[in-house]
Amino acid sequence: MTNAEYSRQSFWRQYIFSVDHKVIGLQYGLTALSFLLLGFMLMVLMRWQLAFPGEVIPWLTFVVIFILLGLAIVFLAGKKRPYLALNSLIFFGIAALIWYFTTGEERLPGGIMLPEFYNQLGTMHGTIMVFLGVVPLAVGAFGNYILPLQIGAPDMAFPRMNMVSYWVYFIGGVLMIISFFLPGGAAQSGWTSYSPLADINTGQTMWLVAMLFVIISSLLGAINFIVTTVQLRVEGMTWFRLPFFVWTQLITAFLLLLAFPSLQIGAIMQLLDRVAGSSFFIPAGIIQGGKVLEYSGGGNPLLWQHLFWFLAHPEVYVLILPAIGIITEVVTNNTRKPLWGYPAMVYSLFFIGFMSFLVYAHHMFITGMGTAVTTWFQTTTLIISIPSIIFLAVIVFTLWGGSIRFTTPMLFALAWVPMFGIGGLTGLPLGLAPPDIHLHDTYYVIGHFHYIVAPGSIIAFFAGIYYWFPKICGKKLNDNLGKVHFWGTIIGMNLTFAPMLVQGMAGVSRRLYDGGLGYDHAQPVLFLNEWMTWGAWIIGIFQIFFILNIVLTLRKKSRSEENPWDATTLEWATTSPPIAHGNFITEPFVYHGPYEYNVSVNGQNVPYLPQHKKMDIED
Amino acid sequence: MDIPFSNTLLIMNNLEKPSSTNHNNRYIIIGVSLLILTILTVWTSYFTATVGVSIAIALAIATLKGSLVASFFMHLITEKKLILVILFFTVIFLFALIFLPFSDTMNNVGIPNDY
Amino acid sequence: MEIPFTVSERPDTGLTNPKFGIWLFLASEVMLFGSLFSSYIILRTGSLDWPVQSDELNITIGAVNTAILIASSLTMVLSWTALKEKQFKRFKLFIGLTILFAVLFLVLKIWLEYIPKIHHGHILSTNTFFAMYYLMTGLHALHILGGVVVMIFFWGPGSKMWQTNPDQFVNRIEVVGLYWHFVDLVWIFLFPTLYLL
Repeated sequence: MTNAEYSRQSFWRQYIFSVDHKVIGLQYGLTALSFLLLGFMLMVLMRWQLAFPGEVIPWLTFVVIFILLGLAIVFLAGKKRPYLALNSLIFFGIAALIWYFTTGEERLPGGIMLPEFYNQLGTMHGTIMVFLGVVPLAVGAFGNYILPLQIGAPDMAFPRMNMVSYWVYFIGGVLMIISFFLPGGAAQSGWTSYSPLADINTGQTMWLVAMLFVIISSLLGAINFIVTTVQLRVEGMTWFRLPFFVWTQLITAFLLLLAFPSLQIGAIMQLLDRVAGSSFFIPAGIIQGGKVLEYSGGGNPLLWQHLFWFLAHPEVYVLILPAIGIITEVVTNNTRKPLWGYPAMVYSLFFIGFMSFLVYAHHMFITGMGTAVTTWFQTTTLIISIPSIIFLAVIVFTLWGGSIRFTTPMLFALAWVPMFGIGGLTGLPLGLAPPDIHLHDTYYVIGHFHYIVAPGSIIAFFAGIYYWFPKICGKKLNDNLGKVHFWGTIIGMNLTFAPMLVQGMAGVSRRLYDGGLGYDHAQPVLFLNEWMTWGAWIIGIFQIFFILNIVLTLRKKSRSEENPWDATTLEWATTSPPIAHGNFITEPFVYHGPYEYNVSVNGQNVPYLPQHKKMDIED
Repeated sequence: MDIPFSNTLLIMNNLEKPSSTNHNNRYIIIGVSLLILTILTVWTSYFTATVGVSIAIALAIATLKGSLVASFFMHLITEKKLILVILFFTVIFLFALIFLPFSDTMNNVGIPNDY
Repeated sequence: MEIPFTVSERPDTGLTNPKFGIWLFLASEVMLFGSLFSSYIILRTGSLDWPVQSDELNITIGAVNTAILIASSLTMVLSWTALKEKQFKRFKLFIGLTILFAVLFLVLKIWLEYIPKIHHGHILSTNTFFAMYYLMTGLHALHILGGVVVMIFFWGPGSKMWQTNPDQFVNRIEVVGLYWHFVDLVWIFLFPTLYLL
């Protein structure tokens, strides 16, 4: 199909049910960012309750802010850009959802949060952020858009399956939101949904159905990514000429492919426990509200934890590996130096992927595992921290002696290094059983994994968005607004997550409705709740700069250069944005590794040598 | 793939691909032996051996049958190295999936699951 | 625009995209059924009153169904070789037989096993053994059903591709065959686990 034929396709085929990996990548990106915003809003509601327990939540302020944001987008988009104006629906939708929460007697009556609703918000915050926000953004959006371009492929290996996996994910997300409107509300057993609580709690059925959709979507996507990477590399793109981002996507896809089935089975079993009365996870004689429930018993609640964490531990590498890939691309590009230890990075990646299947039960140290099993899991857990440290070390060594350009994506990438370091190092005590017994289920755990996922993954995604925006839209995001966004986000995030570590070490439990108000040992650190809430507000307010930056940039008429960052990888070998179908006007041929910056050719220094330019490098 | 892997797989790759004309008979022989093994496994199950022995026998026969299906019907014996490597790791993770959870609960075998 | 290596093999991997894709899918399926077996082991060893399975289930029907699936696997592989020898009629015969065997399997499973058991009041909520039995065989039966639908498509309307693009059609039958043998392989392990041990 030629380009002209492509553009004659109907609107639906081009923009909605498109099989073009770039359109699907953008669909994933927009949906995932919307879910991140929604998940963030749920958290801000919770944080207000934690800082000011039992007080009225300023829900009207939230609604007004979101309506104003929506109107600003409509106004800025103007009549000429109806598709851009349509995005305001996301903001109006979130405003409507918050308003809906305050109606009725079981959620936020008069703006005062009920404990059951707090549990729903916590569960949905976790689920939405992990399964509907970060993973689809990391894999679905960045992977879909960038990976085929970086290997010189015309599209994904199975374009129609690619479309199906987006729409299955979309249905899963919609079902997840619908669950708020069902009688009994959304799931409220935590994002880990531990049995037997989750077997008898309200709202869980819809959560499980939605999760099955999300899982199927991930499996289809994973097959597609692996086949694309292995089969569709252009000529000359040998394994060790792959950009590191492609490697991370490949290993991530394997993790999704082989780890998700265990949660699939777990979800089916929990669903059967709920709707068919089986007792896979229910022990005999379980009592709810003083009544013995009618279950045959004989199930094992710990089996759920095994099935869940067998997925969910590799899942945390799904969250962070693509982020490391993005950081590698941005750091090499902005230090103008080759990656310091490319093979070490690749082998570490293989090792981390392999080991991630063997460490999962470190989430279960306090379930009464035997000492031998515990020893196995804490040993493997400490071993798996080694490749993560190699990643960090390689990035720091790459920075060493480089002439660093402090562009906006590079600021995010530089901030990522210490943030990911904090996230990783705070994990070590949790990987050892003795300190974990003290720290388990406290805010320390929350602080640890938020340092990994928020200033770790999400900061990296911001770096990726600023870095690849000129590729996707042909226009560069505004640098000043970007820097404001960067500083606000990084300060807000640290203000939010660092106090969690302190509270956790003081022994404040997670999932407390009142933020620890009722506990004596929590009193000295109770004031931190307010800090964290203001931190969350700072994060939120500075995202407005990001949203406005995107809208204002899309309004601009002037286009940026084809390769504004002087980058070497193949996605810059085509037009920006790449041509609609087929990506490359002429199929490129690859002559070099991915990071040939400041190499010498014929005795002369070449500042950057694109992978598809034929030149002989001297050692 | 330039990942080092055992030489035996390389040798297996170099085996001549069975031309389908002459190998319909082979498929039929495999099918018949699968049927015989099915009868065998049912037959052995009627002997009252200890639990361990009967599990071992049944699993051994099932594994033999499974490898016949995988090797010949699914042509794994002449399959490309890449697929064998991926399946090799899948089997390792499968063992992790079966034995790691079991290693946690096996201390409690025979103890009912009520807490 | 064509996606490369949809029909022909990529020289350095020696694989076509669909064949590589189905093997990855099967790897995922290994983990799917592996989770079931893992759960089965934990639930059974943790139980004090697990029924004697051979008293609850009919070994004869199980064994006959095993034989039927093995026969269907054989006809499947024969249909693929027939197609490679360009004997289209033989292909149609053998894949038709495969569909027949598969339907027979489902009929025996449902009419002679599920329905009588449900009449006896043996359902998912009876005990963990029956819950596990219905889950494992049910998920397997769904896989059979999916295979039947796909094979009927390639026996009927899908076989028109033989005229337009024979190479791709042979590849598609190979991919269906791989899936089908895998479903057979799963049953080979399910049968002794649930009926004999």
